[in-house]
Amino acid sequence: MGEIIARFLIGGIVVSCFALLGEVFRPKSFAGLFGAAPSIALATLGLTIAKHGHVYAAVEARSMIFGAIAFFVYACACSFILMRYRPHALTTTISLMPIWFGISFGLLYLFP
Amino acid sequence: MISTHLSSLKDIKLHEYCVRFLFGGLCSVVAGLMAKQFGPAVGGLFLAFPAIFPAGASLLESHERRKMAKAGLDGTKQGRAAASADSAGASIGSIGLIAFAAILWRALPAHNACAVIVLGTVMWLIVSFVVWYARKSRWLRARKIPS
Repeated sequence: MGEIIARFLIGGIVVSCFALLGEVFRPKSFAGLFGAAPSIALATLGLTIAKHGHVYAAVEARSMIFGAIAFFVYACACSFILMRYRPHALTTTISLMPIWFGISFGLLYLFP
Repeated sequence: MISTHLSSLKDIKLHEYCVRFLFGGLCSVVAGLMAKQFGPAVGGLFLAFPAIFPAGASLLESHERRKMAKAGLDGTKQGRAAASADSAGASIGSIGLIAFAAILWRALPAHNACAVIVLGTVMWLIVSFVVWYARKSRWLRARKIPS
């Protein structure tokens, strides 16, 4: 339970810090970089290494590459749809989320 | 070209801070639980989960709308254009995220964890900035070419 609380607090703080950086910078496209900052990884890797060791964390990092590729495709799709059809941002970003799941798990299945 | 607007922090409402904190915290917990339940290969995917991206894009859209509404204008289009620019930035940031993860994957087993994480973060920033700058410069050059 203690580990879950620590993960929640550290994750919340690190993600909020990167989100604030994204608010401060202009232009918007540059600020958007912070939307894909390694915030969750930075928040949790320290705990993971301390508990399970370096090799376990390296296996997570390998899978993270697939997650990041999926994030790239997902964010490109969001940008295109928002620019082309101007729908509501929250609706678009949530309804396109299956792209992230499909690509990340698909890559993990192809390269286990 | 790149500027900082600290005053924009004043426009953020308390509940917007809370939403980001909550999403960030929850996603970190989910990543840990996934790794515990299904192993590090599945858990690792969630280290690159777009946790606060939908909330961030939505809040950005509403900020732009509010700003235009203060001037008596309908800012729906501007809000969605801003969310689109934010998404384009995130797609570039995710290229940096690939570099971050690749460095951790290759270097973590044999090197000091703290140094590797710092190096990975610096590489995320460098790769993201270089790709963003290259894209921006190309766009600027394209705008200067007479039609």
